[in-house]
Amino acid sequence: MSFAKNLRCRECHREYALEARHVCDFCFGPVEVTYDYDAIRKSVSRDRIERGPASLWRYRDYLPCDPDAAIDIGAGFTPLIRAKNLGKVLGLNNLYIKNDTVNPTWSFKDRVVAVAASRARELGYDKLACASTGNLANSVSAHAASAGMEAVVFIPHDLELGKVLGSSIYGPTLVKVRGNYDAVNRLCAELAGSYNWAFVNVNVRPYYSEGSKTLGFEVAEQLGWRAPDHCVVPIASGSLFVKIRKGLQELWKTGLIDEPKTRMSGAQAAGCSPVATAWQEGSMNFRPQRPNTIAKSLAIGNPADGYYSLVQLKETGGACGSVTDDEIVAGMKLLAETEGIFAETAGGVTVASLKQLAEQGRIHPDELTVAFITGAGFKTVEAVAEALNPPLEIDATIESFEAAYGARLAQGVA
Amino acid sequence: MAVKRVRFTFPENLIREPIIYRLGHEFQVITNVRMADVDEKTGWVVLELEGEPDEIERSIAWAQERGVRVDPVTGDVVEG
Repeated sequence: MSFAKNLRCRECHREYALEARHVCDFCFGPVEVTYDYDAIRKSVSRDRIERGPASLWRYRDYLPCDPDAAIDIGAGFTPLIRAKNLGKVLGLNNLYIKNDTVNPTWSFKDRVVAVAASRARELGYDKLACASTGNLANSVSAHAASAGMEAVVFIPHDLELGKVLGSSIYGPTLVKVRGNYDAVNRLCAELAGSYNWAFVNVNVRPYYSEGSKTLGFEVAEQLGWRAPDHCVVPIASGSLFVKIRKGLQELWKTGLIDEPKTRMSGAQAAGCSPVATAWQEGSMNFRPQRPNTIAKSLAIGNPADGYYSLVQLKETGGACGSVTDDEIVAGMKLLAETEGIFAETAGGVTVASLKQLAEQGRIHPDELTVAFITGAGFKTVEAVAEALNPPLEIDATIESFEAAYGARLAQGVA
Repeated sequence: MAVKRVRFTFPENLIREPIIYRLGHEFQVITNVRMADVDEKTGWVVLELEGEPDEIERSIAWAQERGVRVDPVTGDVVEG
């Protein structure tokens, strides 16, 4: 049983049944799932959650689908790591990393797709669909396979082989679409309106985005049932950024933590920074951009939750980093070399933004800060390949090894 | 006849141009402004365009040629 009540428009507050719908018919505002928080409060407890499964389904009371019929491939409940080494480099004394690289398909998208797929099946759909450049496609393909559903996944025609294989291994129908970014985007929006399929981030988006709340739940639980002082979150559509805070607020509304005063800061690549640019200009109107960045998993030029991200930055006193491709690569290396975590380019954006905001004094050194690392580095190896030291190549002799190793030590980069 | 919902975003140099008025005169398309927010630097309008599908597409291409960005009202659906 779910405690979800209805869908409500974020703009005009009109209410709708819990159906497949993503915008309000009257004002085109996005619709969001609402819950019976009084009933949740009576049902939930810290103990009940702690005794739950080691996946996002331990937070079943806060999710909009029947947990007994959930599609569970093990998404969520990922490690929260005290990042002492990275914190020392950045001058942050109380830094944590939420490591979502270790999800079943190696990105946080497993959280949102787990919820979207479960709800889609409840609503009677037998096809899951999406348009994606990587992580979302991988996750939709894997969840559909596990659920016995058919997956139809649209990808740009020039996607790298590694990213294509990361989906095709699960057996979806993969459709390569010829055309530039805008054309692919428009076609996929029209397809979503034309076919009676569950497009996870379109017609079942209200359920999909609820999966991101579980990052907020987990961080609070892993910190001993308290909200962080400051979160640094990558912004693509903006949904993740907004929903992490919603998760913290729901724990407070249902009596499990004190009222969160968390400052929410964002991270964007300079080559696709509609939210960061508007924030810097002090505007609540972002201008859509054509993405040009190595951080392809964040390359959303016209973010659906861009406006709400700006509202949240303002409400919580957060800031928004904007970092270059070189800074992104340096961020990936810094995270790997200090904490042993190999993140994709989006993680580089987060770490580089963390560094930028710390240097600007926007993060207090003693604030309990959590940086969210949302995808694994093996998905984007080409981004860092040229920036790394090549291996030493030697003959099979001690002399050859010592000569090569000595030369590397002399460079100070062994 | 078809109805298409789109979001037009105007750059600063087009803020003073009567683009929607001209679109309605040059093409057999009924324009219906449903939401909008325009300031001195930028502006967006959510429009319903009603007409024959080909005529709607021609009118969108015409607006794009003038520098208007045209997107689905839902934001980007292609995600990472």
